[in-house]
Amino acid sequence: MEVILQNLTKKFPGRGRKNREEVVAVNDFNFEIPDGSLIGLLGPSGCGKSTTLHLISGLMKPTGGKIFFGEDDVTELPPENRGIGLVFQNYALYPHLTVKQNILFPLENLKGKDRLPRQKMLEKVREAAKLVQIDGLMERKPGELSGGQQQRVAIARALVKMPRVLLLDEPLSNLDARLRLQTREEIRRIQQETGITTIFVTHDQEEAMSISDQIVVMKEGVVQQTGKPQEVYDNPRNLFVAKFLGNPQINVFHAKIKGRRLYIGEDAVLNIRRISQEDVFRKDGSGKNALEKNDLRKDTSDAARLDDALTGWDAPVKEVYAGIRPEGFVPKADGPFFCELKGVEVMGRDISVVSANKASLSPTVRAIVSTENMADMGGTKAGFTLLSHKVFLFDKETEERIYFDAGAVG
Amino acid sequence: MKKKLRESSLKGWLYLLPAILFLGFFMVYPLIDVFIYSFEEGYNFASQTYFGTGIYNYSYILHDPYFLQAVKNTFILVAVTVPLSTGIALLISVGLNSITALRNFLQTIYFLPYVTNTLAVGLVFMILFKKTAYSDGLINLLINWFGGSSVDFIEGPYWAKMFVLCFYTIWIVMPFKILILTSALSSINQDYYNAARVDGTSQFRIFRKITLPMISPMIFYLVITGFIGAFKAYSDAVALFGTDLNAAKMNTIVGYVYDMLYGDSGGYPSYASAAAVILFAIVLTITCINLLIGKKKVHY
Repeated sequence: MEVILQNLTKKFPGRGRKNREEVVAVNDFNFEIPDGSLIGLLGPSGCGKSTTLHLISGLMKPTGGKIFFGEDDVTELPPENRGIGLVFQNYALYPHLTVKQNILFPLENLKGKDRLPRQKMLEKVREAAKLVQIDGLMERKPGELSGGQQQRVAIARALVKMPRVLLLDEPLSNLDARLRLQTREEIRRIQQETGITTIFVTHDQEEAMSISDQIVVMKEGVVQQTGKPQEVYDNPRNLFVAKFLGNPQINVFHAKIKGRRLYIGEDAVLNIRRISQEDVFRKDGSGKNALEKNDLRKDTSDAARLDDALTGWDAPVKEVYAGIRPEGFVPKADGPFFCELKGVEVMGRDISVVSANKASLSPTVRAIVSTENMADMGGTKAGFTLLSHKVFLFDKETEERIYFDAGAVG
Repeated sequence: MKKKLRESSLKGWLYLLPAILFLGFFMVYPLIDVFIYSFEEGYNFASQTYFGTGIYNYSYILHDPYFLQAVKNTFILVAVTVPLSTGIALLISVGLNSITALRNFLQTIYFLPYVTNTLAVGLVFMILFKKTAYSDGLINLLINWFGGSSVDFIEGPYWAKMFVLCFYTIWIVMPFKILILTSALSSINQDYYNAARVDGTSQFRIFRKITLPMISPMIFYLVITGFIGAFKAYSDAVALFGTDLNAAKMNTIVGYVYDMLYGDSGGYPSYASAAAVILFAIVLTITCINLLIGKKKVHY
């Protein structure tokens, strides 16, 4: 089932004397979720991702905007008439009922012609249990299950009615690290087997990136960027998205553009030339991509270009933020980019080079390099050359991305 | 290490000592003593003498019509008030839990009987129910208004007196139950209700399948303490019917024990002890039955 969010807005009234201002939890959310896809709503806590999920579920009513499931406007429908399955962060399994009774519960609620004969109900329960691989635990109580098993029961309970849309609220946050890895693959498998449009909420970028067809990055109620995980990672629209995606985090530096050169500190690290965003996406080779769909391109209009000229792109010196992904550093003894070497962490597959740079916003600069390239590393100075497609420039005031084309310094 | 452990456990016992001594003197010793008295015939406090030992005390009180009346009264009181007060308290708590406006105000109102003195409440009930030379009492006025004839609830027929006693008891024990149940209800995680809502569960089914099991430990606690409390009822009857409960035929088992202890000519501590032991046996049996039922019906 396709899910369409139109100008979805949720405001909470301010409460009490000290806190009078209303809170905009979700601000003008527009998004089309294709049928049968897995969508990750991603953002730091308090960004409105859970509120969005609750709006889709119907447990909360939006202040403005509309929600469509396919052709149906469900904005005013109560949750039970929307045909959704919802998995809560704490699973909300009824502790006094067995696994079987828990999964059976939604079916027993059906009345009239929707109500199945008992035998059929049990069959459906068995099917759902089999899908999430808990068919051996049917007579246990939730308290006797591990966190991962409880999670599966909760998913089975949400799936047993064959919902049009499956919603998962922080599905992995209560699991330990190893189980998290396993369960997220499990969620992906179940979603693909059933083909149910699934939306899940998470604050863990790795989790969202690894299993989603598309991710939606949110901040303070506003959608920052949507798209396929890899595309969003490779082409962040602003500094927030760049910092939020990626582990280890992107390294951010104070940088200067002087005469078509990018300087970090005293080092001229890249030759650059401004290009439009259209060019960036055309370079991607595929010819078309999901990013073209959203409104990234709109500020490449002539007005924006003109604006750029006035605000100083063409001015002799422009201060910017330069974000460099940890994998964008390649060790090279003669630079052009130098940091103070602080240490090397060997992680088996690759090596994490920890260094410091005066221009860096954080005390340490972290570079991930492969073991073969380590030969050039030594002494107290770490010299790097940069991979230009791993370097992003952002405006210092708006923190929006500045697009450029680059060549090595030479 | 081992020495340290013993030292610290010694210290623990030292801290516990005052409480243990206190409980020993004022609880355990008297309990054992009562048990012994109940087998000593004609024990006299003043001379500390008795005629002999045996089960005569038990046989005497089991043939005493006053005692049998007291047992009957107590059982009726328990059977009527425990289920009714718990049930009504549950209804009120669910109601309180589902409203937001006036909730705190109503909660305070419902809690008032708990902090009101038993005898003062008894006085109010007398005014409501008692028929005097000047007035028939407020309740009789109401009955008359609906076309019934006046009943003397305080000195009249047995059923009327029993009705007042039960009514009074329910009214007095309810606040505590409401307090416990409202806090139990509000501690249920809202997600259970949200999950049920998403699945389209009917209100009644939510109550029966989610709310009740979730608060069953608290209901169970209230039923057990309710039984024990009702078996020990005494002051309520005194507040309504005065101290000569035997004459009013409204005595309870505890009332009987009291009368036997402080009756004329120094009392009959042996009979009183025997009655107390019987009460203890009854309460113990009922509590054990409760626990057995609770094991099956209560979800922790």
